[in-house]
Amino acid sequence: MTHSIQVINPGILTLIQDAGRFGQHSVGLTTGGPMDPLAFKWANRLVGNDEHASALETTIGGLKFKVNCNTQVAVTGATVTVKVNGKPQPQWQTLNLNASDELELGYATQGCRIYVAFATGLKVAPQFNSTSTVVREGIGGLNGKGVQAKDDILLNDHTIEDSCWQLPESGRPVYENEVTLRLIPGYQDAHFSRHEQRMFFYHEYQVSDLCDRMGYRLTGPKIHCDIEGILSEGICLGAVQVPKDGQPIVLMNDRQTIGGYPKIGSVLSLDLAKLAQLTAGGKVKFAPITIDHAHNELALAQYRYRQQTLVAVNEEMK
Amino acid sequence: MRIHVAGENSLIVYFGENVSNDVSLAIQHTSEYLSQFVGETLVDLVPSYASLLVIFDALRTDHLHVRGLIRQAQNQAQQGSDAQDNAVVRLPVFYGEQTSPDLAAICEKSGLTREQAIEIHQQTLYRVYAIGFAPGFAYLGETDERIAMPRLATPRKKVPKGAVAIADRQTAVYPAVSPGGWNLIGCCPTPMFDPKGNPTMPVKAGDAVQFYAIDEAEFIALGGDLNAWKEL
Repeated sequence: MTHSIQVINPGILTLIQDAGRFGQHSVGLTTGGPMDPLAFKWANRLVGNDEHASALETTIGGLKFKVNCNTQVAVTGATVTVKVNGKPQPQWQTLNLNASDELELGYATQGCRIYVAFATGLKVAPQFNSTSTVVREGIGGLNGKGVQAKDDILLNDHTIEDSCWQLPESGRPVYENEVTLRLIPGYQDAHFSRHEQRMFFYHEYQVSDLCDRMGYRLTGPKIHCDIEGILSEGICLGAVQVPKDGQPIVLMNDRQTIGGYPKIGSVLSLDLAKLAQLTAGGKVKFAPITIDHAHNELALAQYRYRQQTLVAVNEEMK
Repeated sequence: MRIHVAGENSLIVYFGENVSNDVSLAIQHTSEYLSQFVGETLVDLVPSYASLLVIFDALRTDHLHVRGLIRQAQNQAQQGSDAQDNAVVRLPVFYGEQTSPDLAAICEKSGLTREQAIEIHQQTLYRVYAIGFAPGFAYLGETDERIAMPRLATPRKKVPKGAVAIADRQTAVYPAVSPGGWNLIGCCPTPMFDPKGNPTMPVKAGDAVQFYAIDEAEFIALGGDLNAWKEL
């Protein structure tokens, strides 16, 4: 028998993701991948997977599925109720599931991106070297679409361990409604006057309703740029573009690969993950850092992630 | 050449202020040289009109090293600057009545006849300046000024796959059904983006492209489909 999960309800939006799609910008394909990579990697590590194994990203919540085999799962990311056969279970911990168990997510109370990883990972055929789903492109996942009710998603064939692990609370990210985004000034920053830059870094912005995997549109004091448009050029992850209306847009994983709006710089990826956990109404401030500082922060975060150990738990859920 | 920081893992290299053949060639040569490092220290490259975005793995290298690679690429490019000309990719176009809903407006603006406008579109040897907007969407430039046309005031909700279109002095083939505001003047039966194909696209950034007219029978024989155009 093939091992699989049967989706009963995909919730608001559930997408199959791996690390993302790289080296394919030359044909216009974007990156995709988990909006909160740290939570994604922990979900995989908790079930003994390679940290970039294919897993599910659910936005807001509502996902419900049934497994047809004994397996292990872990739910990380946004704070949400997790129930197995109706019984509440912890997040950030390995859960043992038996064949025909049903797991159901509630709706996120803090943050909005939830990750569900399965022991040995989802078995999905990669497209352009990745299983990451980019709905706009119709690429990745199952037939380029989000997960649908009645989808049968295969698991890699596996022998299952039953030891359970937990990420100690001290090692878990904290999701807040107000975040400071460290920004590396760059691109067309010279076209924003000193006054405009001070305005930008001084004021608070709000996440608008227009926020998705492609970009987060913010509302707040207008930022003026000397130029309205530029020759279209490559856009990196986290780039902050400022169109004519002066309202910044932070470009996320599913961004278009080229565009012609001026950009004031790019957000540090570590903070982009915090932004990705915000929904409309969330508050944002920007703080400038140098690229060297950014590299130090990235190296430090990677060191901390590698040093962090999991704690064994006595499994007594059944 | 100016190198700017774009983000924690990206540098953007500006080769000039405007679009030109020299700029485009320099971008192509630099991009080709750097492509050998993609998958190692470099993650991806995005060539565009006058710039090249170089994305690197910030945990394996840093921007100083990447600046070095870019300079190295440029030196190499200068040494081999009279390298081979690009092959010309020829793409068939059916400039039929039903596949050219916006040709009349172009003719009205320019005073050209249909035949003249179609002829002019085929005469230019275009360059692929950038690929983006959607998978497989290649921006080709520059069209003859006489057939240049601003984007439609109201974009269409559904442009058929293969639609050959003009916006200002750019022309392109829509690789898939999508919304779009470009002026439609024909349809190309050659798939511009085939996820299962090898290569995925018939063109790449820097390539030269020329269009040639085909009739309806040839269009259908090459796999063209007129049904989508009936719903416009």
